[in-house]
Amino acid sequence: MAETAKRAKMEISDEVAIDIRQMNKWYGTFHVLRDINMTVNRGERIVICGPSGSGKSTLIRCINRLEEHQQGKIVVDGTELTSDLKNIDKVRSEVGMVFQHFNLFPHLTILENLTLAPIWVRKTPKREAEEVAMHFLGKVKIPEQAHKYPGQLSGGQQQRVAIARSLCMKPRIMLFDEPTSALDPEMIKEVLDTMIQLAEEGMTMICVTHEMGFAQAVANRVIFMDQGQIVEQNEPKEFFNNPKSDRTKLFLSQILGH
Amino acid sequence: MTETSSFYVRSEMIAQQKPPMSQVGAVRWMRENLFSSPLNTFLTLASIYVVYFIVTLIGPWLMRSVWDANSLQECRQIAGAKYGEGVEGACFALIRERWNQLLFGFYPRDLYWRPVLAFVLMLVALAPVLFSGLPRKMLWFSTVYPAVGFWLLWGGSIWLPISIVAGLAATGYIAMVLAARSGLLIGTLVAVAAFILIFFAPLRELFQSAMETILPFAITKMQSDDLGGFMLSLTIGISGIVFSLPIGILLALGRQSDMPLVKIICVGFIEIIRGVPLITLLFTASLLLNYFLPPGTNFDIILRVIIMVTLFAAAYMAEVVRGGLAALPRGQYEAADALGLTYWQAQQHIIMPQALKVSIPNIVSNFIGLFKDTTLVIFIGLLDPLALVSAIRADTAWSGTYWEPIMFVGTLFFIVCFSMSRYSMYLEKKLKTDHR
Repeated sequence: MAETAKRAKMEISDEVAIDIRQMNKWYGTFHVLRDINMTVNRGERIVICGPSGSGKSTLIRCINRLEEHQQGKIVVDGTELTSDLKNIDKVRSEVGMVFQHFNLFPHLTILENLTLAPIWVRKTPKREAEEVAMHFLGKVKIPEQAHKYPGQLSGGQQQRVAIARSLCMKPRIMLFDEPTSALDPEMIKEVLDTMIQLAEEGMTMICVTHEMGFAQAVANRVIFMDQGQIVEQNEPKEFFNNPKSDRTKLFLSQILGH
Repeated sequence: MTETSSFYVRSEMIAQQKPPMSQVGAVRWMRENLFSSPLNTFLTLASIYVVYFIVTLIGPWLMRSVWDANSLQECRQIAGAKYGEGVEGACFALIRERWNQLLFGFYPRDLYWRPVLAFVLMLVALAPVLFSGLPRKMLWFSTVYPAVGFWLLWGGSIWLPISIVAGLAATGYIAMVLAARSGLLIGTLVAVAAFILIFFAPLRELFQSAMETILPFAITKMQSDDLGGFMLSLTIGISGIVFSLPIGILLALGRQSDMPLVKIICVGFIEIIRGVPLITLLFTASLLLNYFLPPGTNFDIILRVIIMVTLFAAAYMAEVVRGGLAALPRGQYEAADALGLTYWQAQQHIIMPQALKVSIPNIVSNFIGLFKDTTLVIFIGLLDPLALVSAIRADTAWSGTYWEPIMFVGTLFFIVCFSMSRYSMYLEKKLKTDHR
């Protein structure tokens, strides 16, 4: 089958991209992440799912330190996340993130949105940064929108711009925080297509999403979280067809029920 | 419509047609906007009456204005001869005779070119700041303009402003090099040390006096008493406006800082300055500030007032900017962080452009308020336009005039404030990119 052939191309190496050990996090007194252990190898495509409030978003936001963890250890690309600002900036420039609400910069054109970080963080010359930006805009199939402002684009287009903006930094890991949750149904596909394309090119990806079709198509591992803990993880086929824990079964029956 | 059927297919599309006559024209506009209801009709008629009343009250007075006379007495005679005994007209001869005083105070007449040149250069310096279409290199002139303007207005040796600019540039350079090499904190600390060394130790004076003996160049030195009139208002107002915005931004950021000490200092500063009337600060400037300065420094009273007005405006500005910052969604900060931008990069490119854009109307309101507040310096004995109006009215030749000088001063203030308001609208329109 074509799908399996494609998936065979998406190779997973032995190199560890992200290593999380015994990580705990609290919001005030609320224990939001409990004893998280997780290793992501380079080239892996991981989907994290779970009911709302289960800590999925918080978990991936800890990986680029938008949230601070209080216990345990997070090592991203060989750099441990501590309060050292240099390490944080280093990790952030290697890890791209796509948000639920796009978070494009509304006062800048699409092209400026894409070139800002390469120019100021990577010190890329402006012209070169613009070439790279146009390349990635072409890749997400909206090069003609380069000189418009985010407010003039549809939701799906904005999210593709947001993906391109992350890619312009040439990240080694991409984090997706519910990238399709704020989109109209007919726009979800265009964003998912872009993500699938990215996966096929071997990007290391962690996606928090409720798109189970996406999980089945590209993920090599699905992680189910509940109450701040990893409850179950498995390869997609096993996960969907043969869930082990009762929480997972209940969750799957609720989202796949109709 | 003889048949009812749910099945229908349009066979031809209807072309666009002109609206009926009742939907266009002046009559329709009037009916809709002026006489749409009994209440509106009443309001329209009442408004027309008010306008008529004001015009008939002021119009003839303005029309019968006298421009050529040497005293109010003469004005009245001329108006009486022309329009009949007892008829009053505006006596603008006063403005004609005293306009220079209202504009320049007691600045020597033969040196008027200096404030005029300073004013023209100020427009040149402001232009690239206000209009982004102009060449960016002009900003270099804008940066040194405060020294140029100071020198033109106050005069004295040219080496005083040059040594100050050179000292600041050296301090800034040291800070930048050190910040790049060994971090922002050390850079700032050394820069502060260098600043104190250069300005409060005899280093700068040494440089100045050395240069004065090598290459003396000076223009007539003015005392603060010589500066007055609208020129004084502009000097204090524009300086306050230009310096209060950056200080206000830093205070607003400091107030949001995670560092408790920075936060306490900024909050304390803002609350104390805002909690005190401007007059109090001006009295502080005129009476108390000298006690805090090193003995022997004779700090110009106008400069002291500028510092106080700037601090006062900065405290308000900080709160306005904070409002703008609060209006930004968290996602903007997160996106900037996630892309690896540093704090200052994010502020410069993402946060401030948006926060300031939201705050433009409030910022400009503050500017306008600040500019008008400069007339308060009358209470510490500076000759602002209103003080000069009183002085002129105390002159026997013109005592009894009331409206004319006030109208003149009011017009000057209105022109400046209205320009600011228009500029802010232009800016808002230009920066509107959200397309909501």
